[in-house]
Amino acid sequence: MNATHTVVLAADDLSVFGQDPWWLVVIKSVLIFAILVVFTLFNIWFERRVVARMQHRVGPNVHGPFGLLQSLADGVKLALKEDIVPKAADKVVFLLAPIMSTVPAFVAFAVIPFGPEVTVPFTDITTPLQLTDMPVGVLFILAVASIGIYGIVLGGWSSGSTYSLLGGLRSSAQMISYEVAMGLSLVAVFLYAGSMSTSEIVAAQERLWFGLILIPSFVIYVISMVGETNRAPFDLPEAEGELVGGFHTEYSSLKFALFFLAEYVNMVTVSALATTLFLGGWRAPWPLSLWDGANEGYWPVLWFFAKVLLFIFMFIWLRGTLPRLRYDQFMKFGWKRLIPVSLVWIVAVATIRAISLEGGIDRTYLLAAIGVVAVLFLVLFFVGGAEEEAAEAEPEDQRHGDFDAFAGGYPVPPMPGKAVQGRTSVSLYESSPTLSKEQS
Amino acid sequence: MNWPGKGLAKGLAVTFRQMTRRSVTAHYPDALPELPPRTRGVIALIEENCTSCMLCARECPAWCIYIDSHKDVIPATTEGGKDKTRNVLDRFAIDFSLCMYCSICVEACPFDALHWSPEFEYAELDIRELTHEKDRLRDWMWTVPAPVALDPGAEEAKEIGVAEKAAERAAAAQRVVEPVETTTGDLDKLDQPKEGDT
Amino acid sequence: MTDVAADGREHVVVGIGDGAAGFGGHERGGGTPGGLATQDMVLNIGPQHPATHGVLRLKLTLDGERIVDCDPVVGYMHRGVEKLFEVRDYRQIIVLANRHDWLSAFSSELGVVLAVERMLGMEVPTRAVWLRTMLAELNRVLNHLMFLGSYPIELGAITPMFYAFRERETLQAVMEEISGGRMHYMFNRVGGLKEDIPAGWVDRADDAARAVRSRMPQIEDLIFGNEIFQARTRGVGVLSRELIDAYGVSGPIARASGVDFDLRRDDPYLAYQELVDDGVMQVITQEEGDCYARFGMLLDQVQVSLDIVEACVDRLRSLDRGPINVRLPKILKAPEGATYAWTENPLGINGYYLVSRGEKTPWRMKLRSASFNNIAVLPEVLTGCVVADMVAVLGSMFFVVGDIDK
Repeated sequence: MNATHTVVLAADDLSVFGQDPWWLVVIKSVLIFAILVVFTLFNIWFERRVVARMQHRVGPNVHGPFGLLQSLADGVKLALKEDIVPKAADKVVFLLAPIMSTVPAFVAFAVIPFGPEVTVPFTDITTPLQLTDMPVGVLFILAVASIGIYGIVLGGWSSGSTYSLLGGLRSSAQMISYEVAMGLSLVAVFLYAGSMSTSEIVAAQERLWFGLILIPSFVIYVISMVGETNRAPFDLPEAEGELVGGFHTEYSSLKFALFFLAEYVNMVTVSALATTLFLGGWRAPWPLSLWDGANEGYWPVLWFFAKVLLFIFMFIWLRGTLPRLRYDQFMKFGWKRLIPVSLVWIVAVATIRAISLEGGIDRTYLLAAIGVVAVLFLVLFFVGGAEEEAAEAEPEDQRHGDFDAFAGGYPVPPMPGKAVQGRTSVSLYESSPTLSKEQS
Repeated sequence: MNWPGKGLAKGLAVTFRQMTRRSVTAHYPDALPELPPRTRGVIALIEENCTSCMLCARECPAWCIYIDSHKDVIPATTEGGKDKTRNVLDRFAIDFSLCMYCSICVEACPFDALHWSPEFEYAELDIRELTHEKDRLRDWMWTVPAPVALDPGAEEAKEIGVAEKAAERAAAAQRVVEPVETTTGDLDKLDQPKEGDT
Repeated sequence: MTDVAADGREHVVVGIGDGAAGFGGHERGGGTPGGLATQDMVLNIGPQHPATHGVLRLKLTLDGERIVDCDPVVGYMHRGVEKLFEVRDYRQIIVLANRHDWLSAFSSELGVVLAVERMLGMEVPTRAVWLRTMLAELNRVLNHLMFLGSYPIELGAITPMFYAFRERETLQAVMEEISGGRMHYMFNRVGGLKEDIPAGWVDRADDAARAVRSRMPQIEDLIFGNEIFQARTRGVGVLSRELIDAYGVSGPIARASGVDFDLRRDDPYLAYQELVDDGVMQVITQEEGDCYARFGMLLDQVQVSLDIVEACVDRLRSLDRGPINVRLPKILKAPEGATYAWTENPLGINGYYLVSRGEKTPWRMKLRSASFNNIAVLPEVLTGCVVADMVAVLGSMFFVVGDIDK
């Protein structure tokens, strides 16, 4: 227990970062970029295969072994497509938007730790498997991720199409709301780890994952990360049934590919963050952690990606099963349930933290117990709220006044309880050329 | 019991269970589908049976059958007999880009010259290629399956009744005089007496 | 088209080829409204839109995401089927009749032959009657499965579609085996059916119906109990009985609002009278009248239809040997007169008003299709909804565009 206390109270020790020679930095950045792109290609394939299996289909299985090259082929196809810029579009912003949404998705990965300090092969330089870290690493990720939203909002606005505009609008509202819930869910982690640097947070989870002791935070984070990435069941900005494609309706060719890439990279980013903050980052899961070598060398990269893949699978599973929430229901869920629950939870964590730092009760069990109760509350909140919302959503009847048979431009029979005015009904026959012709 | 989130969990369980099962996808180009004999895939023509009577072309609701024919004069075989005329089919084409696959032509044909084949792989890059001329239609004939056996509750085909009666008559005649060749349902033989008549 | 715009009222553009050319500049949308003053936005849903299953066009006036006005523009798929009926003989009419509502092809064919048979006073063989009943119910299941799959897709759930299509595939195999067609069966003839049942088909159809029944709970578990689905559909798009009476809405949509009307029971044709007497055929109604009730209606009706299919299977097995159709004269002419034959199609009442002057073609054949009336009520329901609800309501009206536009 003493060890954790010192970690909490000590200033962040980030001295291992910033020591790399320039070529190592270049190699690391290129590697991260390459890994993300390849991982995206893999994820698209993985998603299509898994969803296909869930729908008793086969999925892509023709190009390459198990169809692994399918997404590559799709990418090439997209790149070769005609690039259409709508007449009504604001050309500069239209071009800028996909770039704006893609770049931050990659940048956020700079502070994600893939593993512990390792020796670079063929040299005697030791370096952490992380491009860089900073005392406010997690805030950096949140900040960068918010910039990505501009890409979507501006893309929707600049397309000059109603569908895109609505998609962009929804996206901005959604992202702002869920950013708040996401940020709040992280506060408990910060309180517990005593740091906002990603490497320190991973270090603080040596004994127990925060995902286990901070269950409510974890649940809230997972929900808001799905909202944050515009994935089903929260894919309202895209909502192909309503808005055709939402913000990217008018996009084609490489620009569309960039949006697509950004979405999948974002998925990996939030999953990686979830792994780092709640599932012990690169640390080996329990049975494996009994083996001493599991957390040394390059092995942790494997654990890290396995955990990320688990989240990706969850994304896919949700998409394969759930329908989309309605926009207002989704916003209500965010503001009226997630955020209040987060706030209460933070207060609880802070209190317990203060008590346990003073010494006394074993905080772990206490926290776990409170967590379970809070999760129950969250679920009850959501389900109880659904009925209440349904009642609210009842459309009000706006029909009043006298009935006019020609109100819609063509004659319609009167509604029950409403009589056709005498004058109108007479003119109905007089003004109709076909009827009078037949009568004569 | 109705606990919150039950519906979501049930749905997730359904998809997860399905994921572990076999897919039902038909691997089409690798494995051809097994189609029942009645499938209306493509219309095949037995040119030899066609008398150019134009019934099919006239009954077709989409007017997609084209028939050209001319009359051939067969000189009388006996002294003082009349010359016979006979329709010769020059062109028989079905435009499958117009065809509605309604089966009326097959039904209308009084000489069983048109048949359905379940073959369906005849997509073309050029719409004009979808007009199948008579040799192509004749080739489809090799893919026509035998008609299916009918349900025990079905009334027997009238051909069977006719054939049974004919057989009875033949048997009765056999008892009286020399054996006479009975007609069979064979397509080729049905055709021959028409040509070599008189 | 009748032009009623003479008095300066809104001009309704109806017809093919008008496309975007007919809209004013503000209707094309665009993200740059002038100034800060709010302005209603006109959103064209369709004619090419994933939620419209084809070419229905809804002109929505939006205030934010709330719909203040809705104007369905129909006719993009108008094929003039009534005019075509007038120049086709009765067998050729069957070809056209199964194409206006391509999901209820068998039931639509049925109306035509019933009308002609009634005019001729023709007695249809018993086996044909039972087989027709069975095929009509299989067709109903096929139709409902289609909407059970496509409705969740509109709400963003992509998987139920595939589950529904697996069941459809099972039943379509059976339909294909007997009729040769998968959608346009072309199996009805005046006086019966085109061909007799293939040997063993009855057993296979029975197996298929049982297989579908055994797998229906999957669709139910996957979507019907889902909390998100319920939140999206409960209390949304409520159709009142008054609206239903006023607009002539029929079929499962009307029954979901508590309108207890089903032609299979109330004006029995085919073998339905006997099925009603046996208690197999039950008319299901629900009271809520919202999207959820309409969707639940389909699920329940599938069960009833499968019950009827099983009853028909039993009957077909026990019936005496007999013909499946009546021998017809070379040229079939309906005697002079008029009749109206209506059937309970999967989507609602489908009626043919047949006027004959004793020729081999009808003099006039009016088609009353279910979807046209069902979709006419849309503006009443949609006004006041948000765009996302529009999709939920539109999908739950269960229409086929060909059936609207004829």
